[in-house]
Amino acid sequence: MKSIRKYSFVVLALSLMLVIGAVSAQDVTIRYWLWDTNQLPPYQTCANNFMAENPGITVEVDQLGWDDYWTGITTGFVSGDAPDVFTNHLAKYPEFVELGQIYDIQPWVERDGVATDIYYPGLADLWTKDGARYGLPKDWDTVAVIYNVAMVEAAGIDPAIFDSWTWNYEDGGDFEQVIAQLSIDANGNNGLSADFDKDNVVQYGYGGQVGNNPYGQTEWSMFTNSTGWVHNNGTWGDTYFYDDERFINTIQWWADLSLEKGYMPPYEDRSGLGSLALFQAQTLAMNIDGSWMIGSYLGSDFEVGFARLPAGPEGRKSMFNGLADSIYVGTDHPEEAWAWVKYLASEACQTVVGESGVVFPAIPSAADLSLQVRADNGIDVSAFTEQAAEEGGTFLFPITDYAGEINTIMTEAMDAVMLGQATAADILPAANDEVNSLF
Amino acid sequence: MTASSTSHSVLDQPSLFQRLIRLLTDHETFLAYVLILPSVIGFTIFLAVPAVRALFISFYEWNLLTPAEYVGFGNYEYLFGDSRFWGSLGTTVAYVLWNIPLQTVLAVLIAVLLDRFSVALSSILRGLVILPWLMPNVIVALLWLWILDPSIGIMNVVLNTVGIQDQPFFGSPDQALPSIAMVNIWRHVGYTAILVYAGLKTIPKSLYEAAAIDGANATRQFFGITLPLLRPVLVFVLVTSVIGSFQVFDTIAVTTGGGPVGSTRTIIYYIYEQVFERRINMGRATAASVVLFIILVGVTLLQMRYLRSNQSDLADYS
Repeated sequence: MKSIRKYSFVVLALSLMLVIGAVSAQDVTIRYWLWDTNQLPPYQTCANNFMAENPGITVEVDQLGWDDYWTGITTGFVSGDAPDVFTNHLAKYPEFVELGQIYDIQPWVERDGVATDIYYPGLADLWTKDGARYGLPKDWDTVAVIYNVAMVEAAGIDPAIFDSWTWNYEDGGDFEQVIAQLSIDANGNNGLSADFDKDNVVQYGYGGQVGNNPYGQTEWSMFTNSTGWVHNNGTWGDTYFYDDERFINTIQWWADLSLEKGYMPPYEDRSGLGSLALFQAQTLAMNIDGSWMIGSYLGSDFEVGFARLPAGPEGRKSMFNGLADSIYVGTDHPEEAWAWVKYLASEACQTVVGESGVVFPAIPSAADLSLQVRADNGIDVSAFTEQAAEEGGTFLFPITDYAGEINTIMTEAMDAVMLGQATAADILPAANDEVNSLF
Repeated sequence: MTASSTSHSVLDQPSLFQRLIRLLTDHETFLAYVLILPSVIGFTIFLAVPAVRALFISFYEWNLLTPAEYVGFGNYEYLFGDSRFWGSLGTTVAYVLWNIPLQTVLAVLIAVLLDRFSVALSSILRGLVILPWLMPNVIVALLWLWILDPSIGIMNVVLNTVGIQDQPFFGSPDQALPSIAMVNIWRHVGYTAILVYAGLKTIPKSLYEAAAIDGANATRQFFGITLPLLRPVLVFVLVTSVIGSFQVFDTIAVTTGGGPVGSTRTIIYYIYEQVFERRINMGRATAASVVLFIILVGVTLLQMRYLRSNQSDLADYS
């Protein structure tokens, strides 16, 4: 009897230890960061669904503004406290690879047989280098024209022209004609009139984004690259072409829209709160922006329309950019982090994101859902998806090392051109030499 | 200094041992050391040790994540050959010149005005002028980013009503730095004014009465009595605000990001870029920090020497 009691005590103690062990083994928290406040709700839903399927794992989703986000990631690496999984950007990840801060997930992809061909073509490849893979795609974006419907109607412009308009850097094509017509000075003259006063404009035809970064995703790349120009000699390239005549001429044409013609607000006026604020204050008739901004434009107090980009000498071109989720090398729970990344890139989560209509998910069927959600609300955003579907309609975000240095050099040079302090021909070749000397 | 404290000869000085004994037995002295101990510990851990460490790091190429590589004066050579570094030094000096004279003059004016009002009114006004200083820098910067937006900000509307044309403020290379200086003056002038106001309160009223009897008017009294007797406070205000101005960062980060065309890239912003936009280049960042430290020590010593910070003119009057 005594021995039974003794044994039952041992069994009880052992089973208690097992239970505690099991509980502590399951008690895993994965911290996940993203920067877009619009995407927080669908990703929180993804996290809830993931946690329901994986009772042992808790996912904490945090959202930080763009600038704080990257500062936080950098300090997180240094202090060993970066989030286990975070949304990554093509301009940033080469640096993280060089610093050895994100996992090569290719071995896991192969072990678990994860298909990487279910995404839009090219998206998954953006996140690979020398056989290593640093993230699984979550969404993609293109750019398109966004316009104030009432202003276009008031100018007597038939929106049908947006389907066939063209652009070139010599005379600006139909595109420049339209934005001239939409530009109105204080006396009521539009930009086509000889009496148009470019120094006293009350309504600008075109916004023009102000981020003078080296990529011009929403600023100028849809023009420069429609001339056949490319940023550099391919993904992970080491030579940039900012001294190319086509690039220089396009940038000068673009700067002159504000400096010489008054169809676009002066750089000084756009640089504060940006052209979205000006568009919403109804001082702009049109703007070009990325698909991730659709929701912000739809938040305007007036009706907005979405139109195709003007076709350049080499056709319509939009940068094709894609985000992915990466895993921090310092995570204590790599397997759980991988499970979460795998889920984020899966059809289950991307369908949730697609249904939110906030962005276009990387899986085509989920992206179609996003389009459908907008269409159900009477909003046609096919200008973005048609651009993505068009053969040769997109070019990939230029991924290289030294993104931070290139940003500093090119921002200063482009600022000077936009402010009229220097001509593009004077300053861009020297800036290009400085960029190429980095490699 | 009184006569009795200087009359001891060197031989009368207590030995180190005697002083130690006195320290441990004299309760007041002991208590004094105990009270300043937390500050000393904090200073050592959070300022002195990192400062010395930064000096060592400045001789290495290091990103905090991979092993450091000794490069001697390599980082300093890079800095002195980098036109953006020199540009940032020039921008910083320009910022200090925009910021300090205007802020100090305004603060003295406000303080003198506060001193003229009745105690009750002065209390309310003091509360009001210090309000901006209580707001976080980033909030202040965001607030002014909206106010000074060239197209939809309220400032240009106000300027238009008095016949001044639209101004670009943060968007123009010529106006961005003065605009940032104005924002920071707006935030700090109240705090400085309160310090000066406290200094004014230490000046005996009898001096003004005597001056009035001698026929000195208000302007004469201000330049003859107020300003000279405020000197110790003004030295403190100048030294701390010059050091603060050399380290301006958050307003720039929020409003201009160092642009346009690098016109607001101050030295601290340059240091920030080296770390957060140049693959955590700690060597160059700390080298630039060391240069800034040397500049600040030099400027502070000069200020203290030429403004005779350790002397008060009050003794001359008593």
